[in-house]
Amino acid sequence: MVVFLFIGLSFSLAQDYGDAIAVGSIGDARTLVPILASDSASAEVCGMIFNGLVKYDKDINLVGDLADNWEIKEEGLVIIFHLRRNVFWQDGHPFGARDVEFTYKKLIDPNVKTPYSGDFERIKSLEVIDDYTIRVTYKEPFAPGLASWGMSIMPKHILEKEDLNTTSFSRHPIGTGPYKFKSWKTQEKIELVANPNYFQHRPYIDRYIYRVIPDESTIFLELQTQGVDSAGLSPLQYTRQTGTAFFKKNYRKFRLPSFGYTYLGYNLNNPKFKDRRVRQALNYAVDKEEIIKMALLGMGRVASGPFIPESWAYNKNVVPAPFDPIRAKELLGQAGWQDTNGDGWLDKDGEIFEFTIITNQGNEERAKVAQIMQRRLKDIGIKVKIKIIEWSVFLTEFIDKRNFQAVLLGWALGREPDNYDIWHSSKTKEGEFNFIGYKNEEVDKLLIEARCTFDQGKRSAYYQRIQEILYGDQPYMFLYVPDGLSVLHNRFQGIKPAPIGIGYNFIDWWVPKSQQRYKIR
Amino acid sequence: MGIIPLLLGITVISFIIIHLAPGKPTSLQQALNPKVSQEVRLRLEKLYGLDKPLRIQYINWLHKLVKFDFGRSFGDDRPVVDKILERIPVTLTVNILSLLFIIIVAIPLGVKSAVKPNHAFDKFVTIFVFIGFAVPTFWLALLLMNLFGIKLGWLPISGIKSLDFEYFSLGQKIMDYLRHLILPIFVSSLGGLAGISRYMRSSMIEALGQPYIYTARAKGLTENTIIYKHALRNAILPIVTILGLSIPGLLGGSVIFESIFALPGIGRLFYEAVMMRDYPLIMAEVVLGAVLTMLGNLIADISYAYVDPRIRYRKQA
Repeated sequence: MVVFLFIGLSFSLAQDYGDAIAVGSIGDARTLVPILASDSASAEVCGMIFNGLVKYDKDINLVGDLADNWEIKEEGLVIIFHLRRNVFWQDGHPFGARDVEFTYKKLIDPNVKTPYSGDFERIKSLEVIDDYTIRVTYKEPFAPGLASWGMSIMPKHILEKEDLNTTSFSRHPIGTGPYKFKSWKTQEKIELVANPNYFQHRPYIDRYIYRVIPDESTIFLELQTQGVDSAGLSPLQYTRQTGTAFFKKNYRKFRLPSFGYTYLGYNLNNPKFKDRRVRQALNYAVDKEEIIKMALLGMGRVASGPFIPESWAYNKNVVPAPFDPIRAKELLGQAGWQDTNGDGWLDKDGEIFEFTIITNQGNEERAKVAQIMQRRLKDIGIKVKIKIIEWSVFLTEFIDKRNFQAVLLGWALGREPDNYDIWHSSKTKEGEFNFIGYKNEEVDKLLIEARCTFDQGKRSAYYQRIQEILYGDQPYMFLYVPDGLSVLHNRFQGIKPAPIGIGYNFIDWWVPKSQQRYKIR
Repeated sequence: MGIIPLLLGITVISFIIIHLAPGKPTSLQQALNPKVSQEVRLRLEKLYGLDKPLRIQYINWLHKLVKFDFGRSFGDDRPVVDKILERIPVTLTVNILSLLFIIIVAIPLGVKSAVKPNHAFDKFVTIFVFIGFAVPTFWLALLLMNLFGIKLGWLPISGIKSLDFEYFSLGQKIMDYLRHLILPIFVSSLGGLAGISRYMRSSMIEALGQPYIYTARAKGLTENTIIYKHALRNAILPIVTILGLSIPGLLGGSVIFESIFALPGIGRLFYEAVMMRDYPLIMAEVVLGAVLTMLGNLIADISYAYVDPRIRYRKQA
């Protein structure tokens, strides 16, 4: 008993409550109705206020959040969730199965402007068995469905009679999460305060302030006055501008894997790119290490497929092709591309090898990557033009209509590796994501098998094979996985970087009393 | 009464132009998110009424407009009017204060330059205001932020309030607000100084060359009376026109400037609306701009009559 008390005491002495964190962001949230939030700012704030049934732990495994545990039955057709008891909404109302049912109904309601209905429309029925048990039956086994239950659950008792599209809840949300909403000044800041009754434990940091500063240089200046405590950094800022004594004294920098990759996608309807040897040749001709060094100042890794190395779906046996322009020329020669008239450009049937890379405006990094590729391809006799297009036009007129030869883009990935929508040959209609027009029967089959399998070991085997095929086929030139660069004030303690990042244990972060900057609560 | 057809014309043209511009609103919110299927996007398009023919969309919009209903933003489904109203205070404060600052500084500068044209003072002012006019705002802003915010630590860098604003006393609040406004107002005024002071200078030089100034001098009036009572009154007329025309500008803002200082103003609202193809918001801003421009012209006309007795009396005669 004495020992127990002693431990308890030293524990409370070790971690102080109080202080605030001011996070700098270039964009404001749009709505705090979680199922409508499609931008990263809204999603980030919603993540502090709400919980899903499941979440990812630090090693990127799915664990329970509002669900205590779950059972997968009937070969994956049915998932039974057992919910956590004694969870309360921030207004004191108890949380239960009815809230989950309500959230599901809103997700599939055709009048609700949610972009997330896709995964939930695969559900045949959802039954509330008792206050803390839910049975979800799918039309067919759907492994990514489990991760889709990371969707934030909304309170039925508050929203039942509201129109979700226009409800005032979007600016005064109430959730089950570690932070409670306090105020929102449009384009200025969103302020949250610690939820003392959070079901895990009360967060140590009292206030969470999401500051909107649309200009990256201003955020950087604000870091120097300590007006923001955490912000993302550009590779330039990370490598060259944060080495000062001031930054070393006050901030801690983080370089963590980001979940995404940048690629050059070929329009496979284009006769030039139909030939696999041509695509492989281009891959040999471009030096990815050089791109990372020049465009990212070294802050990234060469990609070897559609999964990042931290993912369980990643196949480490797929080794990126080396930079080998001689091999590239050989392959192109086999495909019939040779410089027959000695003008320096490869040609075939009297036509020189020429294509245009398009990318979106407002992304310096991609513009640089395109230029480096242009130079390397010129070396082997391929003429590349670059066209940079405004985002909305880029999407509707070029991507959706498949009106391009090669496109330089990136995918931001979720933790769930299912990428059916990007690679399956049925997803090539206007506005769908296989806009390069990739079709491979084995990949199609593997994608379907992988999404029907719940066993992670077996699923992983399918995805590893997919990665092998894709890297061999080169429908994309897989370029790099950029590093996520950020900076955090060093008064925050308890940060433990892990494969998923640093934010996963935010409620355990704390600041020693003597170093707290924001004393008012 | 010519105002209404004019306004209608403006709305028709802007409606057509923004809809003709390539790009679609629904594709932007969920752009390239593999979790958002094409069916969902089509459904959203329908919910926003974008599947209807353009003229029906315009008529629907006009129907609501006559009831002063500008509709809801595509971005977050809030009423467009709310979104604009919450941005007006900051924009208006910064713009009015910087306009005042410009008037207070530029008019005396122009007058002083005109009294002794091409002397040292005039030349210095010319160089100074043109540098101010030519310097890129964002660059100057960053330099000043670095100097006053970081090196000297006198002023806050961005935003309009401190993070602990709610806990301040009234006096502290006012001080905090003013401190945040100093740099934005200085930077936004600098570009305007050149124009107004140059106009003032040339119109003053012209006025000082008029025969009635000789008469005034002959009467033995003091130099100050001649300049400020006789010449200035006549010289100020063109300035009134320019100020009248800057009224719609009071509710406009610069994207770059607002972004750098993190001010939640109208400029960025409009810019983001255009980038997102948020049609209801764009149309509301267009109407607002059009109305204000007409209003500005009207005010300029009325104030002519006030400052120039010739116009006033001609009407009565």
